[in-house]
Order: sequence, then structure tokens, then C-alpha cells
Amino acid sequence: MSGSKGLNRQQMADLIAHQFQDGWVVNLGVGIPTMASNTDIGDRDIVYHSENGVIGYGPVAPEGEEDLNLVNAGGQNVTLRAGAAVVHHADSFGIIRGGHIDVTVMGAYQVSCRGDFANWKLAGQKGGGIGGAMDLAACAKRVFIILEQTTRDGGSRLVPQCDLPVTARGVVTLVATNYGLFEPTGDGFRLLQIAPGVTVEQVRAATATPLTVADPLPVVKLAG
Amino acid sequence: MAAKSKVVGSFRDAVADIPDGSTIAFGGFAMPGTPFNLIKALLEHGAKRLTLVANSTGGAQKPRMPDIGMLVENGQVAKVICAFTAATRPTDPIPFTKYYEAGEVDAELVPQGTLAERMRAAGAGIPAFYTPTAVGTELAEGRETRVINGREYLLEYALPLDYAFIRARRADTFGNLRFHRAQRNFNPLMASAARCTIVEVDEPILPAGAIDPDDVHTSGLFVHRLVQVPPAPEGLWPQKREERRK
Repeated sequence: MSGSKGLNRQQMADLIAHQFQDGWVVNLGVGIPTMASNTDIGDRDIVYHSENGVIGYGPVAPEGEEDLNLVNAGGQNVTLRAGAAVVHHADSFGIIRGGHIDVTVMGAYQVSCRGDFANWKLAGQKGGGIGGAMDLAACAKRVFIILEQTTRDGGSRLVPQCDLPVTARGVVTLVATNYGLFEPTGDGFRLLQIAPGVTVEQVRAATATPLTVADPLPVVKLAG
Repeated sequence: MAAKSKVVGSFRDAVADIPDGSTIAFGGFAMPGTPFNLIKALLEHGAKRLTLVANSTGGAQKPRMPDIGMLVENGQVAKVICAFTAATRPTDPIPFTKYYEAGEVDAELVPQGTLAERMRAAGAGIPAFYTPTAVGTELAEGRETRVINGREYLLEYALPLDYAFIRARRADTFGNLRFHRAQRNFNPLMASAARCTIVEVDEPILPAGAIDPDDVHTSGLFVHRLVQVPPAPEGLWPQKREERRK
């Protein structure tokens, strides 16, 4: 039995978004993390910060109503929520470096059980794409990572140590994959929630470190 | 004596005296605030052995606008200092990457916040600073770090510029600038770090004093040349990006 593939991309983003607390200032990386802003988390007020200095952006602008001079870090034409402000890049990264971001959510190629992660440079590549990832990783109060549990050829992305160049060390406290929600524990990962249809054996086989399991182990609640 | 006007009649004239070997920063983050018209004029001008500073090298979004990748293709660039030599998504390659990987152009990869702060520092007379960013990574290998209050920091140097090319919504003849929304990004920092700042302006340039002093984002003392962007198609304006293929 091969088992379920687990959560889809939006469900992984939902799993992370449900961890946000009322009043948090949140920075979402491009890709799956951006989808966390679609999640219904009730009446919790979240301030979304973008590297380019837009503080308090809202949903993507409706077709025909875009301001082409207003984008989020992913280059999408977004809208502004009441209370929004725009600052320049040095102030925006002062917000980041100064510890005023409650959580940054990023994608990654690998995350280690010591809380290191790698997301800027592929194997064999001379350069890479750092953007604001190293500033955010080093300085946000919390770093949450969303990634697929395994690579296309089946290798685990939850590893004892990253063999790709790291973005920051010892910073990750929460990881969402298609198989569930994890925390790095130093010598392994702890499975906190499991995706519907996925078995603990399946998770263990797809994790390259020792795995401990929360008891009781909640099943991820899906929207709708 | 009346102040010499900072208003220049064309983009070609605004970049005409730029010598080979200059260090030039391009403002902008994605489309907003990017000086497409000045980059196009620099392509036509042909200055060589340039060191260019920008957040990214361009070409990640469609439609493609004048970018660093085009200046590299045109044989004008020696080195680029930026936060991306490759795309965030490996599935969306940027044109610059192949030239860099092939060794045809040099690059210095700098975290985005460090890049901004290095220019802010240059403009503010700070020669260097310590930051926690990139500590413990490949970028910090062999470089000076220092432990302050129990945390390790990496030494970064100021980044002074010869020229800054930026874009603003509004300007007066003294060069006071006001940006619209996400146009601001790196632009005020680059203006402060450059010996000569050249601005392409969206709106007709106003008489000095027409922008309320409280509404000025960048003082005209950091600005040296202003060019008004003509309407499209003669002038280049931010475009709505084409949706990515899934």
C-alpha cells in the first residue's frame, strides 16, 4: 500500500496559517507560503509585511483595478488594508533585522533537525537567489518552513544536516509538509499533526532522522 | 546667481557623460521604481566595464523590460552586485544566470537587507557595520565576524556609488522627490549613496516649492538630473505582468 500523498499546497499553507496568533506581523515568502494569506483564520488580525517596504498589504487586486506601482515581494499587484504604510528598503529591513517580524514563512529545499535550512542555492550552481531570505531567517522571531516531505526521486527533505548551502542555522521551529506538522528537536523531528490518510510508518520512512510522535497525535483538520 | 536647472531634456543627454568603468545602481523592486528609460538609454550609450548594483538582474517577469541581463548581453558589464544571480524559482530561469555561470560576468551576491544597508551607510558616512544576516553561511566564510553581547555578527562595508538611476512619481525643479506606493524601495538609499543621481519622473516636473516640504521623501540635495518620462510608447512604463504558467 503506497498510502496517501497527504496535503496539497493550499492545505500545507493552511496548516501554517492556523499557527499565526492575533496581532502578529507576518512575512510570507514566494510560492506556497504566499497561499497562507488565503486561509480563513477567523478574526485574528495579521499584518502582512513585504520586503519592499509595504506594511499591511491585502489580497491580490481584482482584474482591472491593479496599481502597477504596488507589489508584494512576489511581484503580485496587491491591495492595501486600512492602516497600511510604505517605507523604503533600509527601514523595511530595519523592521526585519530589528526583530519586529513575528514570523517569516519560507519554502526550502531541505531543513535539518537542528533547525538549519537551505533555500538559496542548488547543488552545482555557482550563484543563487538570496533576496531577503537570509535577513529574515537570521532576524525574524520565528522561522516556519513549508516544503514537500520528499524530493522527486524520493529522498527526504527532513535531514540530519543540510548538504546544500544553508540560509541560516538553528532558526527553524516549525515545519509543514504534505505529511503533517513537525518541529525540529535537535536529534530528530517530532511529528505534531499528521495529514489525513497518511500513516506514521509512511512518515517515518520519508524522514531521514529519528522521528518522535506526539501522543495523542491529532489529524490535520481540513478547511470546509 | 540662479540655481542651475536639474531638468534634462532627454534620457540620452542625461547619461551622455557616463564614463566606462562607472559604478551605477538601478533602483526598483520588480516593476515599481525601476528606471527602465535610463537603462534603455545606457544600452544605447554603450559605456563599458560597468559595475552595476541592483536588487535583481531582471527578466524574471514577463513582459521583459530593459534590464541588467540586456546590458550584459550588450557587453557593457564587468560585475554585478545584487541579491539574485539566479531566480527564486529554479523553474523560472532569469537571463543573467547563464552569463554568470559561464564566467562571462562577475557577481557579488549580497542579502537584500545588507545591500540596502550598505548603500544607506555610504550615504550616511558610516564606513562599515555589523549585521547578524548571513552568519554561519557560505557568504560569511573567511570574513570578519565579531561577537557582541553574545551574538555573532558579520562585518559589512558601505557601498558608495558613482551614479544612481531611479524613478519617482513626482519631482520639483530642485529635485525633491515623492514616490508612489512601492516605487520607493531602494531608491532613496541609492540617491544618498551616489555622486550623481539621475531620476526619471512620471509626472510633469513642478516648480521648486510645489511639493509640500512635509511630503518630500528624498531631498533634492541628493538629486542631480531629472527627466520626465514621455507617454507610451516613447516612454517606458510599468506593465502588468503576464501570469506564470503553472
